[in-house]
Amino acid sequence: MTKKKPEKNIAVNIFFEEMSKRINSRNEKRSTWQSLLIPFLAIITGLIFGAIFNVITNVDVYTAFKTSFIDGLALAWKTVAVSYSALFKGAVGDPRFIIEALRSGDKVIITRAFYPITESLVATTPYIFAGLAVALGFKAGVFNIGAEGQIFIGAATSVFVGYYFTGLPAYIHIPFALLAGAVGGGLWGFIPGWLKAKTGGHEVINTIMMNYIAFLLSDWLLRGPLRRPDTYQSVSPAIQKSAELPRFFPDPIRFHAGFFIAVGFIILVYIFMFKTTWGFNLRMVGVNPNAAKYAGINVGQNIILAMTLSGALAGMAGAIEVLGVNHALFGAISSGYGFDSIALALLGNNNPIGVGFAALLFGTLTNGATKMQMDARIPVEIISIIQAIILMFIAAPAIIRTIYRLKEPKEQDQLLAASNLGGN
Amino acid sequence: MIKSLSIRQKKYEEVSKTRQITLGIVFILIGVLIHLVFTSKVDATMTTTFGLNPGGQEKILPDWQMNSYYTLLGFSVTCAILGLAQIFFGLRQWSNRILGILIGLFVFGFLVWGAAGKSLNLEGLFMTTIQRAVPITLGAFAGILCEKSGVVNIAIEGMMLAAALVATIIGSISHNLYVGLLAGMLTGMMMAWLLAILSIKYKTNQIIAGTVINIFSIGLTSYISARFVQVYQNLNNPGIFPIWRIPVLKDIPIIGPIFFQNSIFVYAMLILMVVIHVALNHTRWGLRVRAVGEHPKAADTLGINVFRTRYMAVMLGGLVAGIAGSFFTLGSVGRFDKLMTSGKGFIGLAAMLFGNYTPTGSFGAGMLFGFADSLGTRLSILSVPIPSDFLLMAPYIATMILLAGVVGKSTPPAADGVPYEKE
Repeated sequence: MTKKKPEKNIAVNIFFEEMSKRINSRNEKRSTWQSLLIPFLAIITGLIFGAIFNVITNVDVYTAFKTSFIDGLALAWKTVAVSYSALFKGAVGDPRFIIEALRSGDKVIITRAFYPITESLVATTPYIFAGLAVALGFKAGVFNIGAEGQIFIGAATSVFVGYYFTGLPAYIHIPFALLAGAVGGGLWGFIPGWLKAKTGGHEVINTIMMNYIAFLLSDWLLRGPLRRPDTYQSVSPAIQKSAELPRFFPDPIRFHAGFFIAVGFIILVYIFMFKTTWGFNLRMVGVNPNAAKYAGINVGQNIILAMTLSGALAGMAGAIEVLGVNHALFGAISSGYGFDSIALALLGNNNPIGVGFAALLFGTLTNGATKMQMDARIPVEIISIIQAIILMFIAAPAIIRTIYRLKEPKEQDQLLAASNLGGN
Repeated sequence: MIKSLSIRQKKYEEVSKTRQITLGIVFILIGVLIHLVFTSKVDATMTTTFGLNPGGQEKILPDWQMNSYYTLLGFSVTCAILGLAQIFFGLRQWSNRILGILIGLFVFGFLVWGAAGKSLNLEGLFMTTIQRAVPITLGAFAGILCEKSGVVNIAIEGMMLAAALVATIIGSISHNLYVGLLAGMLTGMMMAWLLAILSIKYKTNQIIAGTVINIFSIGLTSYISARFVQVYQNLNNPGIFPIWRIPVLKDIPIIGPIFFQNSIFVYAMLILMVVIHVALNHTRWGLRVRAVGEHPKAADTLGINVFRTRYMAVMLGGLVAGIAGSFFTLGSVGRFDKLMTSGKGFIGLAAMLFGNYTPTGSFGAGMLFGFADSLGTRLSILSVPIPSDFLLMAPYIATMILLAGVVGKSTPPAADGVPYEKE
């Protein structure tokens, strides 16, 4: 023992050197201002690109340009104004209408006025979980691209607990169903994590494969064992009343307790990542696996832990959506969350609080887009385009810097060391 | 070259005693599985009939009939004998090939069992297989071109989707399928160019860059589809490529109808397999691409332009993905539907890994996955108590097993996914 001690000290020294190098250089170059500027500009630029895209795919604008240049320009402006104001109204609500409703004091009108903003929060809730899932993985240096599959499995396990068990009181049934979702998603994250730690099989490929296995599995479940007995559609039985997350307002408003659970999890994940030894170890493995190994941290174990927790969080996203909104499992419950969650994590700079705000943004955009489709006849998919552009700018900040002539930071700051992720 | 040689030598040394015995047990287990799952549920009087002529054409070959029970029994016995041989003598470098053959026997046993007392058109099954294999294999080729140069490409799906849409629109407007195909290829190339810029110039994490392209492409195609293609139906009616029957070759029994009575896409796949194989392994360009993917710094020192080589390889990969995308509309359905590639790009990625980054291997893997796909559609005919979903899972599970290194190993280029920084 006595002989080993100095060795360990050396190891600890190496480890602290490695860590301080990274952390100090990060703190210097990344003032709070800088770290907020790039996402902000990325969002604005994404919206501008969306507007341009909206205009150039509008046939009427071209006809207007044929009559006169001014007409064309006016119509182009009008198109953008109409669509983005519809987006805003759909996402937050019409300010004038809200004020009027508050003045009138009529309950029904107030409900209607606040409907859009509550819907946005409903849309935000699964995004928070999915974003946290990917961010937690990123922090540990693993790339969980399989949130989509984990959401599916989480939703399936949670729906099963939700309808199969009867007679439980709500305060047991709801946590039980949520836990089931976390376990299902966690299992779906554990497998690629275990494979990475034990065999070196790349988690990106494995999670993609697991996604498709999850789709096929839930497809089979919904056509077989989990199918609602009285229908031929791919839908599970409705969950018991006791498993439904409580809603706070009368019926058109679907705002449910899931949002608060999600906010709670933001805090929980934040505490876990930054205030506990486990979280410290995870981040260590993410920043520099070699240094972590020197310090005596079991890298493989932490990778498994990170993937499992990440999967569990994604599974919670599916569970929350099922218990709070749909109350049953449909075929396409989580379309698109998988890829979006990567965008969320990066937009939030892998920080739980940042992820929360990013989720709020994506939730409001997604929700507003439905209104935009109704009012301005613009397909909701434009949101995907805007999200992709935002993600591109976040991932390649150099493009934003070129557009806005910002100064390059001294050192190229990369979100993730590419060497951690490339190849097998 | 030296590196690959040393790896190969190592592989032979690694055939250890435990691995030998494990594989032997696996062989025997396959035999036991065939016996328990298939043989025990078949009567000794049942016959399986396989049709060997393409449906709707005149019968040239007689149907292939066999006794279901004794055939299956023969399979299990073969497995058991080979397993014992493996345990006691060791089949050395043959063992992986024999494993492949035994898995093939298992699949064939499945067919014999499923079609016991019935008739299954084997020729039709294989003809569908090659159709299903086209996008998977071409997607894998696209992946190979990118990854050999050191750029990870998970955006094959997005490239295919965009190409499918553009090929439809341009093909419909121009009333010319070739113009449509060309447009699809160029679209794939454009998307690949975006990937190249992000991952080579801006050194973005390549998986994120691929994700960007996937989200972008899914959004863009669904948007344009909803706004134009579904509204103006004349934009969505390009027609499909006719079937070319190659004279003489098409008359070869069994093989002829499978390979030589197809649309341009199947021929493109076969030709590209040869072209990419030769280009990568026997030309100066190919050597450069591989050098850049294995050790960019060394390549740079020797005066190879790493960035240009990578751009070139990635964009060629996009071109191939463009052909794969065009297949969905111009080669198969003749119409664009939202999200119609339905994950084929990702299976292509799996096929690439399965084929260990070689065109011939990927073609084999693509055919295998295509076979699973085509069998999945026929399960209802066979009235086999296995849901098709599980069969469709097989490619994904097989890829995960392969990646875990249980059976063989997929070796990526050394610098795959690492952006190159010129000093």
